[in-house]
Amino acid sequence: MSTATDQAQGAKLNTYRGGPDERGHFGIFGGRFVAETLMPLILDLEKAYNDAKADPAFHAELSHLNAHYSGRPSPLYYAERLTEHLRGVAAANGGDGGAKIYFKRDELNHTGSHKINNCLGQILLAKRMGKTRIIAETGAGQHGVAVATVCARFGLPCEIFMGATDVERQKPNVARMHMLKAKINPVTSGAGTLKDAMNEALRDWVTNVDNTYYIIGTAAGPHPYPELVRDFQSIIGKEVREQMQAAEGRLPDTLVACIGGGSNAIGLFHPFLDDDSVKIYGVEAGGHGIEVENGHAASMTGGTPGVLHGNRTFLLQDSEGQILEGHSISAGLDYPGVGPEHAWLKDTGRVNYVPATDSEALQAFQLCAQLEGIIPALEPSHALAFVTKLAPTLPKDNLLVMNMCGRGDKDVFAVAGYLGIDI
Amino acid sequence: MSTQTRIDRRFAELKREGRPGLVTFITAGDPDLETSKQILFGLPAAGADVIELGMPFSDPMADGPAIQASSLRALTAGQKMRDTLDMVAEFRKQDQDTPIVLMGYYNPIYVYPNDKFLVEAREAGVDGLIVVDLPPETDDELCIPAAEAGLNFIRLVTPTTDEKRLPKVLQNTSGFLYYVSITGITGTAAPDVNKVHKRIELIKQSTALPVAVGFGVKSAEQAKALGAVADAVVVGSALVGAIAQNLNEDGTSTSKTVPAVLDLVGSLAAALRAV
Repeated sequence: MSTATDQAQGAKLNTYRGGPDERGHFGIFGGRFVAETLMPLILDLEKAYNDAKADPAFHAELSHLNAHYSGRPSPLYYAERLTEHLRGVAAANGGDGGAKIYFKRDELNHTGSHKINNCLGQILLAKRMGKTRIIAETGAGQHGVAVATVCARFGLPCEIFMGATDVERQKPNVARMHMLKAKINPVTSGAGTLKDAMNEALRDWVTNVDNTYYIIGTAAGPHPYPELVRDFQSIIGKEVREQMQAAEGRLPDTLVACIGGGSNAIGLFHPFLDDDSVKIYGVEAGGHGIEVENGHAASMTGGTPGVLHGNRTFLLQDSEGQILEGHSISAGLDYPGVGPEHAWLKDTGRVNYVPATDSEALQAFQLCAQLEGIIPALEPSHALAFVTKLAPTLPKDNLLVMNMCGRGDKDVFAVAGYLGIDI
Repeated sequence: MSTQTRIDRRFAELKREGRPGLVTFITAGDPDLETSKQILFGLPAAGADVIELGMPFSDPMADGPAIQASSLRALTAGQKMRDTLDMVAEFRKQDQDTPIVLMGYYNPIYVYPNDKFLVEAREAGVDGLIVVDLPPETDDELCIPAAEAGLNFIRLVTPTTDEKRLPKVLQNTSGFLYYVSITGITGTAAPDVNKVHKRIELIKQSTALPVAVGFGVKSAEQAKALGAVADAVVVGSALVGAIAQNLNEDGTSTSKTVPAVLDLVGSLAAALRAV
C-alpha cells in the first residue's frame, strides 16, 4: 500500500500529465462523490470510455467528425494589430517589450465554441453504450447548443437543463436549441444559474438511469468525466503544438485561457504541462472584484476546497460549507466550482490562476472587436483582459497563445445593454 | 462493532414486538430552530422509532422539491451545523432510547471538518450517519473514521446496486440498510411493493442487518404495504411537506405546524402497528 503511494507520488514529480489515478484523483482533488444510484452508471461509463480509448475505430470516427463536421483544425492566428497595440502600451510605460500574440480560433468551430469538441466525443460514447436519450446542463448555452447539435446529427432526443436566469440572459442560444429540437427545462431552484442546472440534470439522471446519457459540459463532475472531457478537449493544445511549430519553429512561451469549469483551458494546457519552458495562466471570472463577497466566480483565487457535483475541488462556499452562487457577467463562467485537475495544477503551482473583472472583460471585448475584427464571447474576453496586462510585460520574442474559445454572437445584446447602446 | 448501539437495540426491540419500525425524516432547523426542536422532541411520543435528522445543504442533488424546499427554509432561517448538533444534545437529555441518524451531504461535514464533526456528533448523542454522496468507494473519507468513533454508517442500497456490487455496499455498513425503493429523487414516484419485496429478500440473503425502505412513501397505506416486506419504513418528504403546508405566507411557523407533522407521524405509526 505505502509502496503504491510512494510510486504514485514519485510519478507526479516526473509528469503533470499522469492523472487521474484509477480512483479519479488528481492529488487530493477529483474522486467520485455521487449517490449510490449513480455509482454503477459511472462505473459503466468508465469502462465504456476505456474501451473506446483503445479502439482505433472510435478515434477515426471522432477525427472524421472533427475535420468534416466541426471544421478542425481551427486556425492559429497571429493577432498582429493587438500585438502592436500592446507593444505601444509597453512603450508608453517606458518598456520595449510586448509579446507576440496568437489566438487559437476555437470560436470558428461549428456551433461557435470549443464545446463541440467534447460533445462529439461523448455522443459517440453514448452510442457505443446504447443510450437512447441525452441530457445536459448549460450556463451560457454554448454547451447546450453543442449538445442539441450532436443530438440532431445522431438522431437522439435531448433535454437541456438551464437556469431560468440564464434562459433570460442567453436568448439567442435558447432559440438555437429550440430550432435544433432540444427540450429546454428552465431551472428555478437556487439562483437559476449553472450550478442549479447541474443539480437538476443529476436529478434527472438518477431518475432515468436505464436509457439516459449525461453529457457534462466541463472538465468537472465525478470521475471519469474530468478525464474524458479533458481528453476530448486536448485536441486544442495538440493542434497548437503543431501549428506553432509550423509558424515559428518552436513551442509557445505563454498560454492563457479563461476558466469557468475549465474545459477549454485544460484542453489547451494539458499537452504542454510537462514543457517547463511554457508558462501557463488560467483566468477566472473576477466579477465585481475578488474582495466582494459572493460577487465573483473565481473559485480558485477566492474559494476553498470542498465537495460538490461528484468531485473535490475549490468551491465558492461559506464557512458552513453551503455553496455560494457567485457572480460573473459571463454566464459560462458563473459556476462556484472548477474542474479538479485545475485545482491540483493550482496546488502544485504548475499553472497560475488569476482573476479578471466584469469591467476588464468588457473593455477587452471591445478592444478585440475594434482591433482584430473578432467579436469574442464574454468568456474568452476574460482571458484577453489578462493578456492586455501580461503581454506588455513580456519580451517581443515571447510567443503567447490565447484560446479564443467562443464567439460573441450570443453576447451582443447583453454587451450592448451594459454599454448603453440602443439596438 | 462489538457493543450494541442504540440503533441495534431499537431494531432488536422491533423484532421482539414483531412490527416494522417507523423512521421519520425532518430537516434540522425547518422552518426555524425553535419549531424544529418542538417537532423533534415530539417525534418519539407520536410514534417514530428512529429519527433521521437532515443536515441542511444548499445543493441537495438527490432530493426532490419537498426536501429541497425544506433545506432552503432551514438555511434561510440561519441553521448551522452546531445548531443541529445542539438539537440532538438537548433531545438526548429527555430521550436515551430513540436513535438519531444525521442525514445529508458530505460538504458541510468536510468543511466542519470531519474529525471535529465526528467527536461532536458522538458527544451530542448522534447514533448514525447517512451521507448521500459518499459511496463505498470513498469509505476512507468518513465511513471508517465514523465507525471508529462509534457511529453507525448507514448505506443506501438502490435498484441499480446489482448483486455483484452489493457486498461492497454492505462491507462497512452498520446499524441498518436503507433500501431506496425507486430510481430517482426523494418524494417523487411511488414504489412498487412487489419489486421492493423481491429485492429485499435478495438483500437479506447477504446480510443480517435490518432493512428500512424509503424514498417515495407518502401515505399510511403505502407505509403499511411496505412495512409488510421491510423491517422499517422511512417517511420524509410527506413530513416536510406537512410543514410547508402549515406555514404563514412569509414562511414562518403557525400554531398548526408542529401538530400537523406529529399527527401525520401518528397516523403512519398506527398504520405500521396494524401490519
